Amino acid sequence: MIQNEMSRRRLLGLGVGLGAAASLTLAGCGGGSATKSGGTASGNGGKDYTGPKVSLNLWNGFTGGDGDIFKKLVEQFNSEHQNIAVAVNTYRWEDYYSKLPGAVSSGSGPDIAVMHMDQLATFAARGVITELDDVAKALELSEGDFAPTVWKGGIYNNKRYGIPLDMHPLGFYYNKAVMQKAGLDPNKPPTDKDEFTAALTELKKSGVQGFWISPFQFTGGMTFYSLLHQWGGTLFDADVAKATFNSDPAVEACTWLVDLIKQGHSPANVGQDADYLALKSGKNAFNFNGIWQINDIAKDPNAQIGVAEVPQIGSQKAVWANSHNFTIVKQRSADNNKVSGAKVFINWLSEHSLDWAKGGQVPARKQVRESAEFKGIKDVSTLAPELEYAAFPPAAPGLGEVLTTFYTSFNEAALGKKSPKQALDDGVAKANKQLEDNRKKYGS
Amino acid sequence: MADVIEVGAAHRDAPPPAGSKTRGGATNRGSRATPYLFLAPYLVLFGVFGLLPIIFGLWLSVHQWDLQLPNRPFVGLDNYKDLFDSDSAIYGDWWSSVRATGIFTVFSVPLLVAVPLGLALLLNRSFPGRTFFRAVYFAPYVLGVAVIGLLWRFLLDANLGLVNRLLGAVGLPSDTPWVTDVPWAWVSLVGVTVWWTSGFNAVIYLAGLQDISPELYEAARMDGANGWQRFRNVTLPGLRPVMLFVLTTTILASANVFGQSYLITQGAPGQQTRTVVWRIVDEGLRDNDAGRAAAMSIIFALALIVISIVNFRFFRFRED
Repeated sequence: MIQNEMSRRRLLGLGVGLGAAASLTLAGCGGGSATKSGGTASGNGGKDYTGPKVSLNLWNGFTGGDGDIFKKLVEQFNSEHQNIAVAVNTYRWEDYYSKLPGAVSSGSGPDIAVMHMDQLATFAARGVITELDDVAKALELSEGDFAPTVWKGGIYNNKRYGIPLDMHPLGFYYNKAVMQKAGLDPNKPPTDKDEFTAALTELKKSGVQGFWISPFQFTGGMTFYSLLHQWGGTLFDADVAKATFNSDPAVEACTWLVDLIKQGHSPANVGQDADYLALKSGKNAFNFNGIWQINDIAKDPNAQIGVAEVPQIGSQKAVWANSHNFTIVKQRSADNNKVSGAKVFINWLSEHSLDWAKGGQVPARKQVRESAEFKGIKDVSTLAPELEYAAFPPAAPGLGEVLTTFYTSFNEAALGKKSPKQALDDGVAKANKQLEDNRKKYGS
Repeated sequence: MADVIEVGAAHRDAPPPAGSKTRGGATNRGSRATPYLFLAPYLVLFGVFGLLPIIFGLWLSVHQWDLQLPNRPFVGLDNYKDLFDSDSAIYGDWWSSVRATGIFTVFSVPLLVAVPLGLALLLNRSFPGRTFFRAVYFAPYVLGVAVIGLLWRFLLDANLGLVNRLLGAVGLPSDTPWVTDVPWAWVSLVGVTVWWTSGFNAVIYLAGLQDISPELYEAARMDGANGWQRFRNVTLPGLRPVMLFVLTTTILASANVFGQSYLITQGAPGQQTRTVVWRIVDEGLRDNDAGRAAAMSIIFALALIVISIVNFRFFRFRED
């Protein structure tokens, strides 16, 4: 499944049209001759724009509360720039990613597109988006302005394709009322393995299964992704040529999670979102979930949910994360004015990412992250330090299906269909075939 | 008159068509074009939205086709071969999705043919509140798959759902993994689908029942036929064309199952409840391999055509 971040939004948006299948054949009619090099090095890379008035189309997938904040920011930009008019179209991420290639090849695509970091390589390899090295250069943006992992994530084949806007890691949510009932200090959530397991034991004594392991990508799969890195493992080797998620550390991390089910700290067969709903209703105490849930818990202060960094269970700190990036979409006939306008917009919004943080995302820009205003946005700023050790998905084209294989392996292990070792071995065997197919296809 | 005899009785009194002025028995040439003219609007639509996509699909299936990549090399039958080659990356996923679709179809079709029939027979009797019940049983069908999918996912949740809680309240096992383990996931998917779509087939049956002449029942009654005999010898034969329609459309609809498993079980456990259509959508739209997706679609369509033909043959045989 294509990465998408909001499980809450997924609930609203899961009605994937059955007609999508029908568009399979029709989508092919577009011809698809996107220009090979769409207007690079035009303008001054986004400092300002003085040409004739341009109108730009921007596509994104911000369907939740962040969508309103994004639209307000765009309105502000439009009022400050008389010669640039940005129009926003919002789709659900799943629809968005399948719609974009067809729209681009038929000449009706957007000018600017917001994209998850792990999609950049795929869309770059497929010639949908254009290089942005000159924007970074002209804006004097460098690795130092961002967290290194976020900054490097926008690079594919030594060229930059995305300007990072934010990052969204997994966070640690804990139910204070439940902790208190079990005799735990609700203001001291566990931070390492010993504290974590000790807390689970206390909770069990008071009759609470403290940490529900969801077998699905949201959020058990992402929890396993984090722990695998905490144990020192990786999903793939450095060149993303071979899958490595059946290494000893990976098997250990997976076994640790599955054992929590066996030991009764989690029920078996946890359904999608059941782990999070149980947290909010006081049926469990701990949940690793996306930063996007901060807005959701804020709606219900009575639930008494706290937010902290994900505890260090393994030998090092690590946490799953992804990032929204701005990209400029290739056009059939490049219009340099539009490209310049788009760069101005990207620069402007990147500088205004403090406002964006209010939507529940950690800004990618260091200077914004370190500002006093950002630190005032409680909970969101609590998770900002995770940026330093966040494990972002690697930049390789066609990775979506391989990640699905990874999450499916975990699903089989968590549901007790296979042993952790067996499930991960099987997954790696399949993932390696998929990676080989991708190499043939994208020639990387 | 002699030269129009071949045209047939219906045309005897009609003036010769404009095009018939040509010499020697060519009177009927214009009328031969007439049916095609009437067919033309549909033929055009069918050609553009039916035939062309099929041909284009065949073309796609022999290429490695990515909408965006400049290279779309001809690969011959490789896409088809991959589906039958246990070493290919897609072999496992493909056949597990075929298996999932097969299981779902085999269990859902008999129920979706039988349950609505029983429902229609009941709703065809006259009793107070009949219209209300007709509406009640049809109601779920008007809901979209997203609605029923989410609704049942939460109702069937093993740990938080209402279904297990109710079962527990009456002393039955309350930890059944309805959506995360087989065979329970199949019970859920088939059950939800029967609940959701029975109303549609029931309405078709109802229409069929009302077409059966009451005289036949009266005659059967006079011959001393009891209720079961009337059902076997009057109702069932009278419903045969309707049943053929219901059976065929239900098989096709069940084979195309996607939304229920996508939303309720999310393919779990592992990918055991991932269906063929889901697989095709993923292959074509997520993994951007329209060639493979087209090859899958064509194999799938051929299988469904064969099943439909067998189905028609079977009914014709019974008629003989």
